[in-house]
Amino acid sequence: MSSPNPKVERVPSLLTLQQELTKQLDYNELMNCMRCGFCQPSCPTYQETGIEAASPRGRIALMKAVADGVMEPDESFRQQINLCLGCRACEPVCPSDVKYGQLLEQTKSVLFEQQLRSAKKNEQNEAADGSGYKSESNRPPNMKRLHKLVKPAFKSHNRMLSLSVLLEKYQRSGLQRYAAKKKLLRFLPDHFQTLERILPQADSQGVAKRVNASFLPAKGERIGTVGMFRGCIMDVLFTETNVNTVNLLRESGYDVVIPEAQGCCGALFSHSGDLETAREFAKKNIQAFAEAKVDYIASNAGGCGAMLIEYDYLLKDDAEWWAQAEHFSEQIKDISELLLRSERWKSIESIDEGLADQEHTSQSRANHAPQDTITYQDSCHLRNVMKAGRGPRQLLRLLPDLNYVELEGAEGCCGSAGIYNLLQPKMANDILDHKMGKVNETGASIILTSNPGCLLQMKIGVEREQAQDRLKVMHVVDYFAEKVMK
Amino acid sequence: MLDSEVRQSLLQWLGQERFRDDQETLVTHSYDATPMLQSLPDAVVYPETTAEVQSILRLANEHRIPIVPRGAASNLCGGTVPVQGGIVVAMSRMNKLLELDTVNLTATVQPGLNTKKFHQEVERRGLFYPPDPSSMVISTLGGNIMEGAGGLRGLKYGTTKDYVIGLEAVLPSGEMIRTGGKLYKDVAGYDLTKLLVGSEGTLALITEATLKLLPAPGVRQTMLVAFADIYGAARSVSRIVGARIIPATLEIMDQATIRVVEDYNHIGLPTDVQAILLIEQDGQELEHVKKDMNDIKNICAAEGATDIRMAQDEVEAEQLMMARRSALSTLARISPTTILEDATVPRSAIADMILAINRIAEKYRVNICTFGHAGDGNLHPTCTTDARNEEEIHRVEEAFAEIFEEAISLGGTITGEHGVGTVKAPYLEWKVGNAGIDVMKGIKQVFDPAGIMNPGKIFAKSSRKRLVISK
Repeated sequence: MSSPNPKVERVPSLLTLQQELTKQLDYNELMNCMRCGFCQPSCPTYQETGIEAASPRGRIALMKAVADGVMEPDESFRQQINLCLGCRACEPVCPSDVKYGQLLEQTKSVLFEQQLRSAKKNEQNEAADGSGYKSESNRPPNMKRLHKLVKPAFKSHNRMLSLSVLLEKYQRSGLQRYAAKKKLLRFLPDHFQTLERILPQADSQGVAKRVNASFLPAKGERIGTVGMFRGCIMDVLFTETNVNTVNLLRESGYDVVIPEAQGCCGALFSHSGDLETAREFAKKNIQAFAEAKVDYIASNAGGCGAMLIEYDYLLKDDAEWWAQAEHFSEQIKDISELLLRSERWKSIESIDEGLADQEHTSQSRANHAPQDTITYQDSCHLRNVMKAGRGPRQLLRLLPDLNYVELEGAEGCCGSAGIYNLLQPKMANDILDHKMGKVNETGASIILTSNPGCLLQMKIGVEREQAQDRLKVMHVVDYFAEKVMK
Repeated sequence: MLDSEVRQSLLQWLGQERFRDDQETLVTHSYDATPMLQSLPDAVVYPETTAEVQSILRLANEHRIPIVPRGAASNLCGGTVPVQGGIVVAMSRMNKLLELDTVNLTATVQPGLNTKKFHQEVERRGLFYPPDPSSMVISTLGGNIMEGAGGLRGLKYGTTKDYVIGLEAVLPSGEMIRTGGKLYKDVAGYDLTKLLVGSEGTLALITEATLKLLPAPGVRQTMLVAFADIYGAARSVSRIVGARIIPATLEIMDQATIRVVEDYNHIGLPTDVQAILLIEQDGQELEHVKKDMNDIKNICAAEGATDIRMAQDEVEAEQLMMARRSALSTLARISPTTILEDATVPRSAIADMILAINRIAEKYRVNICTFGHAGDGNLHPTCTTDARNEEEIHRVEEAFAEIFEEAISLGGTITGEHGVGTVKAPYLEWKVGNAGIDVMKGIKQVFDPAGIMNPGKIFAKSSRKRLVISK
């Protein structure tokens, strides 16, 4: 928290930061880590570097050393914390059930406040690191200023939609093609250029306008009411996925409500330490869905879903909101789980109509139905935080006539991790290139994901491999809808 | 802080990526999985070749700087904590599987190779490397060799020491020695291979190992047996082996352990019983394995088993084994500090030992859960406590001293598979005696005259006074 005394703000010292971390870090949780190291095989940054400090056990040891006063939280400490993807793959494998995500968030939130205070100070001397990973982040963007800049857009969905008009115009007017031809973007860092190329066509309408209603009744037997969490970026860049989500939910027997008052989940802010903004957004969403009187809240983005499902923790110290937050968290479900609850998809007829009467031997299938070979890359937050990683796989297995190949290491982060790939491009790309190697081993022609960040990252991976001709990346929802909806 | 001349030399040889002495690196190499133990090194190096290890050791020897070899730092005896500072030699970059020899049935590995990865590689070829310490997802083969690691399959297949048949090791002088080889028979002089296994990094630093492999058993069956009465479980263990059946795995968990493990893993363990045995038999013929399992079942039933479950498939078998594999770490959930020991007794004394542990825990008012490798007499009495509670920690220490004493009086030992390290150094004399310590110190003197190799481990400044146990 920033001090009310401006004089204190102007002279931030390392000691103040250390004291602040000591105060904010949950010491019981630090003690809980028994240093068995079972987290290390699951940690992408440890697997890439082989460096103890770049593992959950190492980072917790660093936090504890800071809290114990053994170590100063210097620039190197900040960089090591920022190098963590926050994928939380270490949590399900931790035998002691250490809440690593909470420790990370506590640390980031203190560092964020400190960065705000020292923003005016000159750049400190950067700690050199031979690995070349941490030096990437030597000059990180000023997050606070960035947050101030983007917060209004995330706060109001209409503003987000209006802003997206710019992107839409850019993409559709031919300006994008012109820019590519004239190489106008060559001054941007490589990873931004790649992102610009693979970004889907923006749609400034959003799902509510596209389906032209905020309430859509169930088809067939009604099994409940679902509030659609449309997301912010999701609704602009993946409008089609949101439309498909609504259609699949109706088809499954749910009444669908799209509350107009909902906003951004707050993940982008929370993950970089700005908990105040995250809480503000949380309250807005809790209220919006409480008023909509729904049974469940559907999320089709693992990253958003994980943020939403932890509103109870985010607001645990808020007496007025906590009970509502807990109820809200209980209502959050991944789209796959909601679809799996419905009887509608229990028997999907073969896509190839001609096969309907024939005997379904693999022989006859191979002869008649061209099969897609598909694979699935986990959304870390869907798997590790929402604990719903099996859902998309089960859903895909309901589809006939396809060849599902499990991706080795699918449970490991792809390097996207929110906006991590923009902040830590070297680590993100190293992780991604290893991931693409495994994708190639599956022989799949379609990579499916269940989170927009992962989807974009896998597209970047395809682009880096120059494999656009043989590899497609799709959201599970879109693929499923394409197969089952007429 | 290292002498600036030494620092410069290391930095020059290894570069700043492989020589580190920043605060972050020192803090993250100050611990292993042993509770309540932490000490900062002066530097950490990451060698990639035997020649680099030779240079590092020669330099450290000249300057009398402690050398602490480090694998995954998952040991439980303080083996990789740099208690006297010095240079931690992290072996993570020497992690290759150099050769799988399917004619001689051997593997040649670098010490930093992960145990689980090695298992997978070996099994892919239809071969089998039995040592399977519970920490194998993270542990390294070098670490296993230095600590003489055991595992769940010790009863039938032995432990790490039974599979190491050749070593390349660097002495503190910088000289390199090679012991053994791809040889199942070799009596040329003293057996230096066996001497180095379990030497806890106090004699030399190993840079390569040749391991013996077996053909993979084709069939495996897993069974879980519950006993309302812990005596029944202990008697069953003795009777199974007495009936000339050697199961591949014969593990015991007491009630406190079962409850925590079930809470975490949700695999349907019965939580109202006093003990369960996890039994696994393997072999080449289904018929033989089935017969053994049937005989075991009958013995357990005769000893009053309340529930006997046979895993129906691989998945179920793996789940049952997971329960036992995660026992230690799972216990960590119920308290901030978990202290795990490995008192070991002859198999015939297992019932007496479990009872003694319960009695001692009650006497000192501490919570001790017991699980372990009942088939080979290797128990893991595990105390759940809080390092911040000094008074309780004192009682825990007293209780463990008495447990060690009891184990020795039953013909057992203070450590079956974790090693002595710093934690059990004060008790070593109880087991090996004065003369035994002198012989060991003599050996150490020959290998490491300057005393730079992992100092402070195995040998204590002073031995603990023996307790007098009233029976």
